[in-house]
Amino acid sequence: MLEFASIGILVTMSLALVRALLGPTVYDRILALNLFSTKTVLLIAVAGFLTGRPEWLDLALLYTLISFISLLAVLRFSKYGNLGDDERAKR
Amino acid sequence: MTLVLEASLFVFLLVIAVAITRTKDLFAAAMLSGIFSLASAGLFTLLDAVDVAFTEAAVGAGISTIVILGTLSLTDPVEIRTRRPLLPLGVVLLTGMALVWGTLDMPAFGDASAPIHLHVAPRYLSESGAAIGIPNVVTSILASYRGYDTLGELFVVTTAGIGVMLLLGRGESRP
Repeated sequence: MLEFASIGILVTMSLALVRALLGPTVYDRILALNLFSTKTVLLIAVAGFLTGRPEWLDLALLYTLISFISLLAVLRFSKYGNLGDDERAKR
Repeated sequence: MTLVLEASLFVFLLVIAVAITRTKDLFAAAMLSGIFSLASAGLFTLLDAVDVAFTEAAVGAGISTIVILGTLSLTDPVEIRTRRPLLPLGVVLLTGMALVWGTLDMPAFGDASAPIHLHVAPRYLSESGAAIGIPNVVTSILASYRGYDTLGELFVVTTAGIGVMLLLGRGESRP
């Protein structure tokens, strides 16, 4: 069962990768990055149970936090064109 | 099954690396480098190097993406190529071959008679549970046997963080 789950996650990862490679707009690529990070988290969680180490679940949670922060930065960049400059961002 | 997962992740890494070098859209390259870090972090986790994987995810997928985007906001988002980069390609190929050549001297993966498994590792494995009281051996080594070392690393990381904050800080005195 876990094998099927990991195969499915791998297929989803490759689809997200295809979208990141082709994706004509910026939002395709952002979505692809977000999807890929979510799938990495899922893959680590499933692989943890597959190899008998469910502690990897904690690791997967930490990965989610990291990818959330970087997603915020990416979205801020794509909206304002820069990261921290409030004066320029207001314009 | 783990072998299938590792092989697929290696294929992903290869595809992403080639795509990063081929693309002219620098935002796409930034996104792809984030994906590359995530895939390699997953691969490190599968290879049981959990601490390396976590560093890769934090530095590669987290901070590097943000820093690359910050750089991108200061430059043009499209790469301009003037000539075929043959010299860098040669340097990269030479370095890669030297690295592969360097690994030939290393003991085989999982070799029980490798020096690292014979020197202090048996003592850590047999005694750390009772001596330190932490079930994870890596954690007990980092937090107790090499506690001062880890403390020094924390100082270094804190100093680096202060430096970054000083560089990026939104100073009110800035014109």
